[in-house]
Amino acid sequence: MKTEHRDRPLPQLTLVRLLEFIREPEAIFWTFGFPILLAAGLGIAFRNKPADIVKVAVVAGESGSAQVASWLRRDKALQVEVLPEHEANLALRTGGVSLVAVPGAEGGVTWRYDDTNPDGRSARLLADDVLQRAAGRKNVVPVNDDRDRAPGSRYIDFLLPGLLGMNMMGDGMWGIGFSIVDARRRKLLKRLIASPMQRADYLGSYLLSRIVIVTTEIAVIAGFGTLVFHVPFRGPFPVFVLICLISGFTFSAMGLLLASRVNTIEAVSGLMNLAMLPMWVLSGVFFSSSRFPDFLQPFIHALPLTAVVDALRTNMLQGGGVGAIGLPLATLAAWLVASFTVALRIFRWR
Amino acid sequence: METETNGAALRVRALRKSYADVEAVNGLDLDVHEGECFGLLGPNGAGKTTTIEICEGLLEADSGTVELLGRAWKHHAQALKQDLGMQLQETQFTDKLTVRETVRMFRSFYRDPRGVEETIALVQLEAKANARVGQLSGGQKQRLAMAVALVGNPKFFFLDEPTTGLDPQARRQVWDLVEGFKAAGRSILLTTHYMDEAERLCNRVGIMDRGKIIALDTPRGLIASLGAEHVIEFAPAEGQRGPDEEALRGIAGVRAVRAEDGHFQLHVEHLHAAVPAVLAELDSQGVTLAELRTHSATLEDVFVSLTGRHLREN
Repeated sequence: MKTEHRDRPLPQLTLVRLLEFIREPEAIFWTFGFPILLAAGLGIAFRNKPADIVKVAVVAGESGSAQVASWLRRDKALQVEVLPEHEANLALRTGGVSLVAVPGAEGGVTWRYDDTNPDGRSARLLADDVLQRAAGRKNVVPVNDDRDRAPGSRYIDFLLPGLLGMNMMGDGMWGIGFSIVDARRRKLLKRLIASPMQRADYLGSYLLSRIVIVTTEIAVIAGFGTLVFHVPFRGPFPVFVLICLISGFTFSAMGLLLASRVNTIEAVSGLMNLAMLPMWVLSGVFFSSSRFPDFLQPFIHALPLTAVVDALRTNMLQGGGVGAIGLPLATLAAWLVASFTVALRIFRWR
Repeated sequence: METETNGAALRVRALRKSYADVEAVNGLDLDVHEGECFGLLGPNGAGKTTTIEICEGLLEADSGTVELLGRAWKHHAQALKQDLGMQLQETQFTDKLTVRETVRMFRSFYRDPRGVEETIALVQLEAKANARVGQLSGGQKQRLAMAVALVGNPKFFFLDEPTTGLDPQARRQVWDLVEGFKAAGRSILLTTHYMDEAERLCNRVGIMDRGKIIALDTPRGLIASLGAEHVIEFAPAEGQRGPDEEALRGIAGVRAVRAEDGHFQLHVEHLHAAVPAVLAELDSQGVTLAELRTHSATLEDVFVSLTGRHLREN
């Protein structure tokens, strides 16, 4: 026992970080379980639907109701229900149908739909086309359809890189922020700096433990996406790894910054949510950020999550290498350096 | 008293520290000799914790000097930390780690540490070595704090109110540990507001009040300074007028008389002589008693006689 070997501080501190993490069942769920459930749920909801059925209600009780319904039923892409008017309107408002057909006098039809909803507009176009052809319209220009359903252009392919980025952000910031504020609240930070522990070892242990956790997390989520949804990885794999590591470090540094002075879990939670909210909304995790107005775009592109998501999509979906993601990588590096520098300067150890 | 110049493990001179509007430490001098357990005794807010945290290198003094093991914090912080063991007030270790993991982590910071198992055995936590910190009792957590203080094999210990909030059995276990450090010849600076703790553990005690040491001696010396080793306390029966204090002071062997809230406290030299004399005097004044108690004089009595206040009043 006298010659017991000496542990090194950095590996010991890192080990402790990892033990804390794996002994927190909720952290495990939010890191691994939640993104998989989300990907599975959204992947199924937006799967490539031969079942892309458009639901249409025809108002019952009008003279042309039966005729209109039977014409619309000629196209398999339409699912037609005949409903009393108030039920049809209710179904439209609650999303049960995208379009209501109100047969009028002399064989006319009124289309009732929400023109701000893309589903409503496309349902109107499709149903109108079906109805006009059934009633005998001839096309002036002959057209053919050539359908391309290659993996990579589906919603799940767009979504998965977004989920990876969002998850790295959430876990990086929470994993560091919560743990540091908890140690400060427990006066454990004070006890640690009263010991000969080097401060750099303490902060370094967070970065090292993040590498381990981020790697596992990415492997689980990306593995799930590839195996279950065949999400493509077209780009060079080392570049994918590079993006993930830089993202992990950047969000960890931001977590460190937010946790650098506060004393309570409540305060750090508020700060985290405040910092993450704009990125959840603007950074294009669930839909393309190009939908936001032009004057917001410079701000959106300066956000670290936008950079991560853009870089991952370029790499995974378009096969881009380092050259294609220079700007997002530079953005991330700037956030990393700035957050870490400021955090070290203002960090409160007591 | 001893006048050796190189025997001081800790030497504090003219220490001052103030917060916004409070002078927490107000010109404090203090020596802890090598191998000695020195107790800082005082009520909450007397400046004990501020003093000990300046000595531990956790706070910076406004002015004054601290020399610890012959070195100053300013130039030798890392070397000093290697030689110190400390227990701070209110440290909570991570609930999710086990006792062994916690000790092992702290051990990794030291150049010449004790073994993990040896340290755990020293504080008698062997049976709990694999238990999570969150499952330990208050006394066990305090012993873990002691283990963490011990693992670096330190030359000097700082213990800040090591038994506050513990039950009597847990206090005794902590005392045994402190006596173990003393027996091993290590120097200790301890703060407490329990006089029994100071009397039992400390070679010398400094009584602190409002940022200053107002009396400093061995526990026996401090008690002897009262000039009387025993205390008689009594209260007249309800509705009675109090006794004539001057007459009580005149009794042979009575050194001091204090009245407080209808209770009277007499410091006396010899209990067997004083008690009959006091009772006879009260009888002659026609005073009947609701209570009568005696005890040996303690540091509490010293504190009260020095400041007119109790140690644990707010």
